Amino acid sequence: MTNPATDYSLAELCIVAASKAFENEGEVLATGIGVIPRLAASLSMKTSNTDLMMTDSESFMLSEPNPLGEREDGFVQSNESWMGFSRIFDNVWSGNRHAMLGPTQIDRFGQSNTSALGGSYQQPKVMMLGARGFPGNSISHPNSFFVPGHNSRVFVDGECDFVSSIGYNPERLPKGHSLDDVKIGLIVTDLCVLDFGGPDYQLQLVSLHPGVSAEQVQQNTGFTVHIPDSVAVTAAPTAQQLAIIVEMDPHNQRDFQIKDNPVGDRS
Amino acid sequence: MDKQMSAAEVVAQLEDGMTIGIGGWGPRRKPMALIRQILRSDLKDLTVVSYGGADVGMLCAAGKIKKLVFAFVSLDFIPLEPYFRQARQGGALEVMEIDEGMMLLGLRAAAWGVPYIPTEVGLGTDIIKQNPEIKVIDSPYDDKEWVAMPALKLDAALIHVDHADKRGVCHIAGPDHYLDDWYARAASKTYVSCDELVDTDFFKDPAIARQVHWERSATTGVVHVPGGAHPSSCVPQYGFDVAHFKAYAGSAKTEEGFAGYCKAYLGESEAEYQENVGGLDAIQSLALPTY
Repeated sequence: MTNPATDYSLAELCIVAASKAFENEGEVLATGIGVIPRLAASLSMKTSNTDLMMTDSESFMLSEPNPLGEREDGFVQSNESWMGFSRIFDNVWSGNRHAMLGPTQIDRFGQSNTSALGGSYQQPKVMMLGARGFPGNSISHPNSFFVPGHNSRVFVDGECDFVSSIGYNPERLPKGHSLDDVKIGLIVTDLCVLDFGGPDYQLQLVSLHPGVSAEQVQQNTGFTVHIPDSVAVTAAPTAQQLAIIVEMDPHNQRDFQIKDNPVGDRS
Repeated sequence: MDKQMSAAEVVAQLEDGMTIGIGGWGPRRKPMALIRQILRSDLKDLTVVSYGGADVGMLCAAGKIKKLVFAFVSLDFIPLEPYFRQARQGGALEVMEIDEGMMLLGLRAAAWGVPYIPTEVGLGTDIIKQNPEIKVIDSPYDDKEWVAMPALKLDAALIHVDHADKRGVCHIAGPDHYLDDWYARAASKTYVSCDELVDTDFFKDPAIARQVHWERSATTGVVHVPGGAHPSSCVPQYGFDVAHFKAYAGSAKTEEGFAGYCKAYLGESEAEYQENVGGLDAIQSLALPTY
């Protein structure tokens, strides 16, 4: 069961890679927004970090993560406490949370944008969601990102059109804070895994998905990526991990998260 | 005391230029019957504070909003609210865009009668850059700077609940009361629509009484409107109306736009509206959402 599988999708590879963001976080609330982040958090809670806490994406804390989508008749979720939206902020501001989210833009400082694209602030060309909880998340607790389509429209040259979350930008550093206070974990994309552990908080390549080159990553990023001398290949899922993913996603929602649902090994 | 009113009587108490807070969250438990009554009125120039869904979208589309205080506007399963987007992309909307938690702090400050609550939320982001009225201040206790989230004082709050008695005791049966208690407390006047009007005895059950989140003195008026949250959800009574939200979002892509939506559904009264959307029975049998 611990041997790497040979037949797996890119989505499944990303779920396993993204689950590592939660592995060493201890007893924190794991919030994965979107199918792949949620499955990543669920996988970690069931394997690598069983101390994680999770909600039902509404208002109850669960001792066991819920599967995605419609549940079988008679399914009873494993409530362990109540966690309504107002109480979420008590948790957020305590710092005991790790969220994985999918912003529309990420810049070289790790700042992200969920709000608006182009035009002016008064009249954006494309209005999206708004800042949501990103400002508070980013200054209160660690966050990771999932990007289903790695390209230079997401990883933008220059700053994000609207900065929803704080990053490693010295010019925006609040008085009395240090850049080390900003905690960005992993950035998992359809090409690779990255973090902000390069020199001076530069975005750096952590691992390449099978069949992807470092040049491809650089070509699809709007700013310079730090590429260490030796870069690992993202580990393939094990049979045990795949079995848990299937159990957590019985309706195969993961197949619709990355364009054309590619195979995991593209070499 | 009998606080029962009609939706029209609520709207008659609202004035142009008021700051109105709207309870619920995205597509969940929104006081939509009261919003519809505003759509039927000539009320205008409102400042709206909301964890926004179609409440904000419709008020934007009808030109009722002068200024919007928001962290997001979304229908969740339709992530981008069509008429909110049109309003923003049209450039006409004045906005105060803040973090979800900052909105909670602003409501708390208003409820507690303090001018602001300090927080680190917003620092390092465009929230403070785009909102010069939100001040960043020094602390008397440390060497850091802090965002002074100003009180969001509401002239009125509009909230939908499951059960209320005529004295304004309000029960929210669903899994979350969201931030509705803070809306009720932040407002000079709070108008509540309810799916069921109940006798005071209803609250004798301690499990029910624990789901009453503000005292009745914070409720100004009670409007009995079964199905009044439609097309948003009022779990456990009914889910949100996926098909209706799709038709609503679809209307934004047509030439007629929101006028076409109103012509098809709004009607002159809530009874007419409910008839246009398939009747109260249909609303009450909408499937509950699974997340």
